[in-house]
Amino acid sequence: MRPDPIGAPTRRRVLQAGGALAASAALPGFVQAQTSEPIRLGFQLHRTGIGAAYGRWYERAAKGALEIINAEGGINGRPVEILFEDDGTDPRRGAEVVEKFATQSNCDAVLGPLFSHVVVGTAPRAGELRIPYLVCSEGNHVASGMLNRWTLQPGITDVRSQVQSMAPWVLANLGKKVTMVFPDYAFGHDHRDSFTQAIADQGGEVIAQIAIPPTETSFTRYMPRIPRETEVLYHVMVGPAVLTFVKELGEFYGTGARPEIFGFIDSLEGVDINSPGLEFLDGSHFWEGHCRYLQAEPGAHEAAYRDAVGVDGNGASRADARDVSTYGHMFSPWETLFIIKAGMEASGYQSADDRQAFVEAIEAMTDMPYSIAHPQGPKVFNGRTHQVFGLQYITKVQNGRMDRVHTTSIEDGLYPDQVDYTTQPF
Amino acid sequence: MDFGPFLLLATMEGLVMAAVLALTASGLSLVFGVMRVVNVAHGEFFMLGAVLAWFVAEAAPGPPWLGFMAALAVAPLLVASVAALADTLILRRLNYEPEATIVATIGLLYILQQAALTFYGPDARPVVAPFDWRIQLPWFGWSGYKLFVIAAACAILTGLWLLLSRTRIGLVMRATQYDSETARAFGIDVDRVYAGVFALGAALAAVAAVLIVPIQQAHYLMGGDPLLLAFIVVIIGGLGSLRGTLVAALLIGLSDGIIGVFFSPTVAKIIATLFVAMVLILRPQGLFGRRPA
Repeated sequence: MRPDPIGAPTRRRVLQAGGALAASAALPGFVQAQTSEPIRLGFQLHRTGIGAAYGRWYERAAKGALEIINAEGGINGRPVEILFEDDGTDPRRGAEVVEKFATQSNCDAVLGPLFSHVVVGTAPRAGELRIPYLVCSEGNHVASGMLNRWTLQPGITDVRSQVQSMAPWVLANLGKKVTMVFPDYAFGHDHRDSFTQAIADQGGEVIAQIAIPPTETSFTRYMPRIPRETEVLYHVMVGPAVLTFVKELGEFYGTGARPEIFGFIDSLEGVDINSPGLEFLDGSHFWEGHCRYLQAEPGAHEAAYRDAVGVDGNGASRADARDVSTYGHMFSPWETLFIIKAGMEASGYQSADDRQAFVEAIEAMTDMPYSIAHPQGPKVFNGRTHQVFGLQYITKVQNGRMDRVHTTSIEDGLYPDQVDYTTQPF
Repeated sequence: MDFGPFLLLATMEGLVMAAVLALTASGLSLVFGVMRVVNVAHGEFFMLGAVLAWFVAEAAPGPPWLGFMAALAVAPLLVASVAALADTLILRRLNYEPEATIVATIGLLYILQQAALTFYGPDARPVVAPFDWRIQLPWFGWSGYKLFVIAAACAILTGLWLLLSRTRIGLVMRATQYDSETARAFGIDVDRVYAGVFALGAALAAVAAVLIVPIQQAHYLMGGDPLLLAFIVVIIGGLGSLRGTLVAALLIGLSDGIIGVFFSPTVAKIIATLFVAMVLILRPQGLFGRRPA
C-alpha cells in the first residue's frame, strides 16, 4: 500500500471531521428531541394469574384515559405513553416488573395494580428505586403507614374508609348481628378489622368471622359456621372461585329462611349477575365503588367515560356482552392517570430528576371535583397519608340489575391520620 | 348448626372430594403401576379436561345437559389423544427412564399450562351444570349435582376395575406391568400398551375435571391442587395399587371434608401431609403396595 502524502487529508481524518460537524449540528436538535420525547409511564398489570379480569379492564380504562390526555396535548405539551407489563398477580414478579420499568425502560412513574399482596410486595422496591408508585388497589396499606413516601393511592378510597362509611347504613337497614366471610390475607384482614370496629362503634356486633384461604375452590364446608342468629351476612371474596362461592351459598340456604346479604362487588367483579346459580342474590345489597349498571340519573361525565372505556349500560364490553367489566374498581387507573397529569404539570416535570417534585405536587393536592378526570365522583386527597377519599355506593340487586339505593358522603369515610408521610425523607 | 347435620354435611362434602380424587389418583397410579413413569403433568391433564369441557359445552347447541354430556364424552377423548401423542413423541424416545421422564413431564406441565393460558385465557369460566336440582334437608340445602358426581365416579371406577380384571385389555396391561420383557416375548406390543395406558390415565383425570367443572370453574392454574392430592393419595395407597388408591382417596377426601368443616382446611392439609410422612417412614410401599423384590 502506498503511504499517504504528508498533509493530505486521510480518509480517517475526513470522517472524523465530518462526524464532529454532524455531532455539533445535531446537538441543539438532541436537546429539542429530549423535551418533546414522550412521558413514559409503566403499568404493572394483573394480565395473568388470579387477578386477570381486573388486569384486562384496568388496561382498557387506562388506554381510554390515555387517549383523552393525548388528544388534549399530553402532559406539559409532551405525548404520553404507557408500557403495560404483566405481574402474574405475583408479588415477586411485581417487584421485578417495577425494577424493569425504572432501570431498563426509563419510566417516569409507575401505576400499581389491585391485589394488595402484590402492592405490599412491590412498594419497598419502588421506594429503593426512588420512582413514584401510584397504586390502584384499595387496601389500607398506604394510609396505615406501612409503605413509603414514593407510594401513593390517589385514585380509589381504601377499604377502611369504604366500610366505615357504609357500616351505619348496614346497621340501620339490614340488621345488627353480622357474620363476615372474607379471604384470609391482607385485603380480607383490612375488611375484618375495619368493619368489626365500625360496626362496634355503631352499636352492632360481628358475631362470627370466617376467613377463607385464597386458594380455596369449594365453600360449602364453611357455611355451617355461619351462626343461625346471623342477621346480615357480609361477604367479600376475590379470585377465580367467587362465582362458586355465591352459587354454593344459594344451594345452602335455598328458598328457606336466610339472613340479609351484603356483599362487596369484589365478590362478583367481571361476573354477570344474571349467571345461572346467582338468582339467589336477588334482593341482596352490594357495595360498589362505581355503579356497574347505568343509573336513572347518571352523572354528566358517565356517558363519556363509558364510551372511552368501551362499556355498555350493563357494564359489559361493547364488543362482547359476556365480557363483564370490573366496573366497581377500574375508574381507579383512569383517575390516577389524570392525577399524574395534574401532578406533573403542577411541578413542571421534565425528567426523572423531577420525580421528587412530582410526588410533592401530588401531596399538595386536596379537592378533586367531579369531572371527566374523576368520573366516579368528587374526592378529597390527604397528602399526609397519601390516600384519597370519595363517595361509596350501595346498590340492590333487583330485576336482573343493580340499582343504587344509597350514596355515602366523603365525610362518612374520613378517619384520623395513621401516618404523616410528608415528614419522611425521600 | 347441631353436630349431627354438621357431620352429615362434612361427610357429603368429603365424599365429593373423595370421588374426584379417586378418579384423578387412579389415573396417576395406573400410569406408574404399568409404565413406572411418575407423571408430573397429571394435574395439567386434569386442567386440560376442564378447559376442553368449557369449549365443548360452549360449542354444543341445545340445552345445558346436552352440552355437558357432549363435554363428558369428547373432552376425555381429546385429552387421551394429547397424552398418547406425548407418550409417542416424548416418553418413548426417552426409553421411559425414570429421571428423564420426570423432567420431561415437568416440561409437559409448563407446555400444557401455557398453551391453556394462550388459547383459553386467564379467566375462570363455569360450565353450566346438566341439571339444576337442589336437595332441601331440614337443616341445610345441598346441590343434587354433587350426588351425581359421586354416582358417576363410582360407575366409572367400577368400569375401570372390570376393564383391568375381566377383559383381555386388562390382562395385557397386567402382563406388561408384571414383566414387560416377557410380555414382549409373548408378542404383546408393549409400545402400544404404554401409549394406551398413558392415554387412559390422562382420560381419567380429564373425566374427573369434567365432573367437577360445573361446581368449580375451569382455570388454567387449576391443575396444581389435584396433582398434589393425587400424589398424596397414591403414596398412601401404594404406587400402582388401584385398591390402595381407592381406599386412600376415601380416607383423604373424608378427612379433608370432616376436618376441614370442624377445624380448618389448612389443618386438614397438614394432617394429610403428616400422614404421608408417616407412611413413607413406616411403610414406604404404601398401605396396599407390594414391597419391590
